[in-house]
Amino acid sequence: MRGIMLKRFFLVLLAAISLAAAARAQDGIGPMQAILQEQAEVIVKSSRTSIGPAIDAVAASGLPQAQGVLEAWQAKDMWQRQADGLFFRATQDGDRYLLTDFDTGAPVGEAGKADLRQIKPNSGVRALLGTALVRFQLLDPDPARRADALTSLERDANADLLAPLRAAIDPEPDAGLKARKQRLERLLTISYDPDQAARIAAIDAMSGDLGVDVRAVLNPLVATTLRVFPGTPPEGLNIAKRLRPGSADLPREAAYDMLVQADLAPPRVSPAALRDALAAHIRNGAVGGVPVAQLSDPDRRTVAYTALAAAGLVPPYLTEDQIDAALEAHVFAMLYAEPSSAVTDAANAALTNISMKVGLNQALDLGLDALSLGSIYFLAAIGLAITFGVMGVINMAHGEFIMMGAYTGYVVQQVIPNHTVSIIVAIPLAFAVTFAAGVAMERLVIRWLYNRPLETLLATFGISIALQQLAKNIFGTQARPLTSPDWLGGAWVLNDVVSISYIRIAIFVLALIFLALFLFIMKRTRLGLETRAVTQNPGMAAAMGINPGRVNMLTFGLGSGIAGIAGVAIGLFAKVTSELGSDYIVQSFMTVVVGGVGNIWGTLLGALMIGSLQKGIEFLNPSNTLAAQTYMIIFIIIFIQFRPRGIIALRGRAAGD
Amino acid sequence: MSALLEVSGVSVSFDGFKAINNLSFEIGAAEMRAIIGPNGAGKTTFMDIVTGKTKPDTGRVLWGEFGRSLLAMSEAQIAREGIGRKFQKPTVFEDQSVQENLLMALKKDRGPFAVLFWRPSSADLDRVAALAREIGLADHLGRKSGKLSHGQKQWLEIGMLLAQEPRLLLVDEPAVGMTPAEREHTTAILVEAAKTRAVVVVEHDMEFIRRLDCRVTVLHEGSVLAEGSLERVTANQQVIDVYLGR
Amino acid sequence: MRNSFVARNPSVLIFLAILALFTLAITVLSEGVGLGLVSTSFVKTLGKTLCLALIAVAMDLVWGYAGILSLGHFAFFGLGGYMIGMWLMYERTRQIVVDSLANAPIPPTPQEISDAIGSQIFGVVGGSDFPVIWSFAHSLTIQLILVVAVPGLLALVFGWLAFRSRVTGVYLSILTQAMTLALSLYLFQNDSGLRGNNGLSGLQNLPHLDDVPQSIVSIWFFWASALALALGYLLAAWVVSGKFGSVIRGIRDNEARVRFLGYSVEAYKLALFTLTAMIAGIAGALYYPQAGIINPAEIAPIASIYLAAWVAIGGRGRLYGAVIGAGFVSLVSSWFTGGQAPDVHLGFYTIRWVDWWTILLGLSFVAVTLFAPKGIGGLVDLWTDRRAPDRHGADLGPDMGSLREREAER
Repeated sequence: MRGIMLKRFFLVLLAAISLAAAARAQDGIGPMQAILQEQAEVIVKSSRTSIGPAIDAVAASGLPQAQGVLEAWQAKDMWQRQADGLFFRATQDGDRYLLTDFDTGAPVGEAGKADLRQIKPNSGVRALLGTALVRFQLLDPDPARRADALTSLERDANADLLAPLRAAIDPEPDAGLKARKQRLERLLTISYDPDQAARIAAIDAMSGDLGVDVRAVLNPLVATTLRVFPGTPPEGLNIAKRLRPGSADLPREAAYDMLVQADLAPPRVSPAALRDALAAHIRNGAVGGVPVAQLSDPDRRTVAYTALAAAGLVPPYLTEDQIDAALEAHVFAMLYAEPSSAVTDAANAALTNISMKVGLNQALDLGLDALSLGSIYFLAAIGLAITFGVMGVINMAHGEFIMMGAYTGYVVQQVIPNHTVSIIVAIPLAFAVTFAAGVAMERLVIRWLYNRPLETLLATFGISIALQQLAKNIFGTQARPLTSPDWLGGAWVLNDVVSISYIRIAIFVLALIFLALFLFIMKRTRLGLETRAVTQNPGMAAAMGINPGRVNMLTFGLGSGIAGIAGVAIGLFAKVTSELGSDYIVQSFMTVVVGGVGNIWGTLLGALMIGSLQKGIEFLNPSNTLAAQTYMIIFIIIFIQFRPRGIIALRGRAAGD
Repeated sequence: MSALLEVSGVSVSFDGFKAINNLSFEIGAAEMRAIIGPNGAGKTTFMDIVTGKTKPDTGRVLWGEFGRSLLAMSEAQIAREGIGRKFQKPTVFEDQSVQENLLMALKKDRGPFAVLFWRPSSADLDRVAALAREIGLADHLGRKSGKLSHGQKQWLEIGMLLAQEPRLLLVDEPAVGMTPAEREHTTAILVEAAKTRAVVVVEHDMEFIRRLDCRVTVLHEGSVLAEGSLERVTANQQVIDVYLGR
Repeated sequence: MRNSFVARNPSVLIFLAILALFTLAITVLSEGVGLGLVSTSFVKTLGKTLCLALIAVAMDLVWGYAGILSLGHFAFFGLGGYMIGMWLMYERTRQIVVDSLANAPIPPTPQEISDAIGSQIFGVVGGSDFPVIWSFAHSLTIQLILVVAVPGLLALVFGWLAFRSRVTGVYLSILTQAMTLALSLYLFQNDSGLRGNNGLSGLQNLPHLDDVPQSIVSIWFFWASALALALGYLLAAWVVSGKFGSVIRGIRDNEARVRFLGYSVEAYKLALFTLTAMIAGIAGALYYPQAGIINPAEIAPIASIYLAAWVAIGGRGRLYGAVIGAGFVSLVSSWFTGGQAPDVHLGFYTIRWVDWWTILLGLSFVAVTLFAPKGIGGLVDLWTDRRAPDRHGADLGPDMGSLREREAER
């Protein structure tokens, strides 16, 4: 939209300038028309090979209207009047065409289509026109227009643009655009400058740059092709590496296949071809004197085939020695497309330098990824850190509380369409819903099973599958969307390698808030004090006037409520399905166990450890997230060998062994 | 090496609290010893260390003629070495009969495969019956031990301890919940046992200790405060201070 | 008290008699050899149920008797199935390949046969080479050994790691669950060598037995499953009857006390864990040829939790309870999920059991743990007039897996 508006604005501006010029050349033809007339023949012919002088004449005229002409020409808006051969910009109005003079910009009447001839430059000519236009656009008074020109140049450059680009750097008033121009100039120099020293200087200048564009420029320079030469390769070739057949880079079969492709050696007889050839020459139950029944033995097959070959019935069989000899007689080498070895060396050095920097930044990116995954696990596990870690109640339905929170968010979004408002409403509502569910579960089931963790596990597992199926019955099996507000949509981009989406930052912040909340509740509030009292010694706590039933109920409700909020957060980036919770439950338990039961800092460390471990393994084996999870779980099992009580372990009598 | 068990310089702390502080202790192969001390003196922790439940921070625990360290052994290994323990609270296997409890405690090969194929011989059953008579449970062999009274469970545990034929018995408050007659019987059993093996009794009941008529070690704040005959120890001013409060 | 094994365990004899009668009755009623009143597919369902009962017996040994709530035994079950499935699939494919190549003008080389089998089996995951783990797939004997060896070895290694570090109670449950999850995720990969999520299929077709109809094959497997269950039950009853049984029940109720008696608790747990894993492997090896297909989803942790629930519903700590639980729940479950249960019309809503059965099942887990800790097996106690002890709310031991007051008998 903006581009079109700018263009309109520009046209108006152009018209104004042209009007001023029109005063000078009222009679006769204007200077631009004169140039066009000089080149009329070439223009009308409109051939890529011959159009060059015409475009150059217009572009080099120094006239302010030159840009307008080139643009009209490129846009197929330039028409020639049949009657006098003059060129005009023409705009269609019904079946008539309004003609505008290039020099004055003033309307000069109208004509029918029959009286006009449209100048239709083909794509090749249009590209040349575009190139010519760039020098004007790069110096255009409008900065937005200059930026557009740069963008199109970055996308699609060629050697001819290097000179206009260089010329456009010094006059550039805008610092940002100037930097872009300089950067582009370096890149174009690398690709197109005929002077080798200049290219190497440019490569060196860009060798620390992380931009994808730099690598896009450098990579073609070091691209190689595998070639085979009979004997030594000719002089003057830029050889990257010689390859020995049978090495890891060039397997023997592939090397020989190359020879065959290049017609440098006869094709091998493949086992399938050999079998077909034998099948085609069965005579009286034997092939080449070998009975068919014996042909299940590969050696006998070779004997039979050799016999056939000796009789001239089939192409000769190649022995391994022959293949070796053929391979020996040839040289295999990787060739750079770029002929100058100085340039390829510089490019290789620059790429190594860049890849090292990219590696460092990738490590940083990975660290951020791990941090955000860790925060997700922490969010999923913090409710468990309360119910399992503090109270010692194993709640297999914890994952389903997460799911309930996510579905609450979904339902709220159905009622309140504004995403920001709906999230603000959904968070406390999810807490309320899962708090109530947790309290109900504690009163009805868990209360009767304190100190019976295995029975609790089974009963809560029953609740878990019942809730999951209930969600399926209500919401169906397909995933429901929980859309995040727009302001959480983007990503914070540090450079071409490192970026992190705002939603993950939000989850990280949420995790920090929960950590603070947990610490506050446990260390600073009455409920926290009573919870710790009840979990450490229920009898004593009861004797001191604390109602353990009430405290347990509230604590369990709190843990469940936090799970609900975590559900809203997780639902924002994962699909909301009935299986949402069970995807996280094992990891959550692992987080609490690895971290050390009963210690929130341990849970935090556990979440970070599991998060970075998973990201790290995924990085080493990116194609296979399933394997990553497998290895992670195995690692955790081994980890528990060395720290059975988790990272932060309670020691001594308090651990209660 | 005349001592059967030699504990020297042992310390252990839980979260900064020193439960045992540079404790040294020795007992001979056939000796009775009573350990007394106020609550928190480290009596139970001392037993935990000897039986391998708690690993000390520093110190040595040596065992037997060859002075082997118990610190590197697991609880089960230590038990197989011949250290039997009776807990303060009677802990028997309540879902199993008195006979099963005693059979399990009998001194036999403890390996899983040996146990899998082991079936009691008549000699084993006779031994169990004799033990049952000694602890007054001869009529209850087939009963589930969970149905026994508190005192009977104490007896059963003593019976299990004897069935193990240990070289060192660690007995934690054996007289709790017993009638005077039963206490006397317990005393008799322990005194009899001490003729052939080492017995360490932790007890609060001074009357019970007086009947045992043995050397007494007083623990206080994790180390030995006094040692000697009951008369000497009870006359010790420090001991009186500790028990009565300063 | 030195009576014979059977005299001390009358329930074993009763169980074996009922199992034998049941097997004979189904055989007589079956489509394959009898009156045709029981369909072949139902015979297979019953055969599979017997296998599930066998693994439930294994689970009861490890959980009901030793107090280890393992959430990994279905992994061992699945591994057993995979081991036998590899041979079934290899041999069956080989037979097809050899038959089709027999018509070729030139007899095939061993390499050609192997390649053809490989591309037949692994084409679905984009491969044609045999992974290393298929090295013995050609040999029935070796694969049969692997049926017990692979689950046994995994249980041995895992159990050694877990028990050695004294992980107990729910921590052990979570750890076994993690092991199961890791295994199933691993098998889900295409390059695991076991065909990823496609699993192994066509296992119901026995190699070289094309002429035998499935109705007969189903009876064979039914008998084999019944025999395996009978032997497994006998073995389990024998294991728990002697001092070994005493020790593991002691471990369940009070692990520390067993240790102070001089028994190496870890060794006992490990031996039992490994033994039950092997039984589970055998059960799986009999189950999956009847099911026809095995894939990694079968191994998912939830299956093992169901297994624990069967044992709880049947009544843990008694072997016939496990059998009753597995049989009852899996048969009722297939009745409900198979669409045979009639819908309930409430006017405003129709309860379709396909959708609601899982909810009912889940709630029944809760109900059993809360109200009937003895499970269905507790009904037997009503008949034999055994009652729970009145211990004023005290369970039988301090440990997490110990028997509850209401589970015990006086």
